[in-house]
Amino acid sequence: MNRFIARNGPAYAFLLPWFLGFFLLALGPILASLYLSFTRYDMVAEPRWVGFDNYVYMFTRDRRFWKALNVTFTYVALAVPARLIMALVVAMLLDKGLRTIGVYRAIFYLPSLLGSSIAIAILWRQLFAADGVVNRVLADFGIPSHAWITDPNTSIYTLVLLAMWQFGSPMLIFLAGLRSIPRDLYEAAEIDGTPKWRQFLRITLPLLAPVIFFNLVLQTIEAFKTFSSAFIISNGSGAPADSLLFYTVYLFNEAFKFFRMGYASALAWVLLIIIAVFTGIAFLTSKYWVHYENERD
Amino acid sequence: MAGLTLRNVGKRYGALSVIQGLNLDIRDGEFLVLVGPSGCGKSTLLRMIAGLEDITDGTIAIGPKIVNDLPASKRELSMVFQSYALYPHMTVAKNLAFGLQNFKMPKAEVERRVAEAARILQIEKLMERKPRQLSGGQKQRVAIGRAIVREPQLFLFDEPLSNLDAELRVQMRAELASLYTRLGTTMIYVTHDQVEAMTMASRIVVLRGGHIEQVGTPQELYERPQNLFVAGFIGSPKINMLQANLSQVNGLTEARVAGLPAFSIPNLPSAPANATLCVRPADVRLDGGDVTASVTVKLVEYLGSETLLHVALTSGQTVLVSHGGRSAFRMGDALTIGFDLTDLHYFDDAGQRIEPTQNESRLQ
Repeated sequence: MNRFIARNGPAYAFLLPWFLGFFLLALGPILASLYLSFTRYDMVAEPRWVGFDNYVYMFTRDRRFWKALNVTFTYVALAVPARLIMALVVAMLLDKGLRTIGVYRAIFYLPSLLGSSIAIAILWRQLFAADGVVNRVLADFGIPSHAWITDPNTSIYTLVLLAMWQFGSPMLIFLAGLRSIPRDLYEAAEIDGTPKWRQFLRITLPLLAPVIFFNLVLQTIEAFKTFSSAFIISNGSGAPADSLLFYTVYLFNEAFKFFRMGYASALAWVLLIIIAVFTGIAFLTSKYWVHYENERD
Repeated sequence: MAGLTLRNVGKRYGALSVIQGLNLDIRDGEFLVLVGPSGCGKSTLLRMIAGLEDITDGTIAIGPKIVNDLPASKRELSMVFQSYALYPHMTVAKNLAFGLQNFKMPKAEVERRVAEAARILQIEKLMERKPRQLSGGQKQRVAIGRAIVREPQLFLFDEPLSNLDAELRVQMRAELASLYTRLGTTMIYVTHDQVEAMTMASRIVVLRGGHIEQVGTPQELYERPQNLFVAGFIGSPKINMLQANLSQVNGLTEARVAGLPAFSIPNLPSAPANATLCVRPADVRLDGGDVTASVTVKLVEYLGSETLLHVALTSGQTVLVSHGGRSAFRMGDALTIGFDLTDLHYFDDAGQRIEPTQNESRLQ
């Protein structure tokens, strides 16, 4: 034992902060929330075991749960492709035209750094407000003003636009992916008279597939977890008419507004399972569309 | 099939000029090899012919047609890349057919051409494999196959064998040569390997620093190099270069080389004070010659069919001797080497060849 401590003690001592963080701040709360999801708990009284009641209520009687799912799925379905397409387009422009100008990469990345901040969400709310900049610009073109955020039919699209604008991190990954495709392949295609669009479809997309897959999984998870922008723009309520009632906003309100910690924990676990299922589907389908250079057959 | 005409061709990248005023006529159906050291502009020149690089000056014509502004796809040529440039996500069959599908060719014709190329290159059994499942040689065959299916009027090869191991390189060299004989299409081949150039070319273009140093058949380049660079670049083992002082004595040119007895050279049209005399290792004799010298063996490289001797003149300069016999030499042995004046190549102080007016020679 003494020898073990002498040999490995310093290593474990250095690992200790990480272990503490992992067990106290990650694994502990995860397991606690799993337990709490089977209880009724208002943070005052002791948690009371209710079995699967929270889950049954959620799926059978809670209309707002389904509304929140609907809003979140709509957002994921729109924001993820929009952001990825935007990221790919900008990455291709940077790859072709501005190869050496690093400063452009930094500029294009900036929105992604700012985008997740509260300040930008507030700015976004003002841009799309009834008397905001967007309406003023549209008015110059004779387009009547519209209450983009307060109209339940359009409110989610303002958030999709915000998501699209934050294309920086997938863009950088796409850019690295594009750079790793050998130039020779395009030159060979060029000599063979392959039109640019066919080069894109038959060379760029297939060879970029591992990167697209990576970005897709990461951005889908990100999108399901979207919180701060929706919270700020909807004033924390999911208004108007629950059109911005993102799953996380609903979860937050259940937990910290109504102190239904047990139910909120159940919601969190359902979100985890939804994300896991989507990631699993992505992995299962990937073998049909993702080609890896060094894969064994 | 088509010939190629290059007139005053130049290429600049900003202030950097990589090819200057290059003139070259490539004959219809010839196997032309561009050879030279790294950075001599040979690959750039090939890419300019292919249409992958713009031409800054001059004109390139394929047949009678100037193609300066014609995109690569319209030049009716195929190119084999050093990296093979196979599409990694496509099978061999799809790699071969990919280019043809751009030309809206009927499916039956695509299949016929792919099958024909596969048969010529003996890759029929690999058609459903992906590039990662192929060996280097097989990849190379597929890359060549992709060039063949186009049935182009011009083939371009950019160092196609440099990624292969030595044995495979020899094999593919022979296969390329037989492919050339079979197709008879004009081929332009870039390499830095002078053995590849010598073994395959109808004619060789030796490039250095964006200039043509010499154009000629392998034999012409070997036997009558026009300058010191070509003399040194072509031929393996490398030619021996001896610094000489030349002077006119009684109407004859007398040569003084450190470590050799003075000897005279008849009918040399000029006698620059500082000249370089070159003799190929295979032309150095161990059984006498017009000029002889005592040497010491410094290193013996036994190569099986020949033995390469590194011997030192009394001046200390090393001379390479290629000896075909099986005699056993040892380091430190004292020998007498010799060579005939007819086997000497003369270069002036600018490195340009001086051609003797006739081949007679006589010792002083």
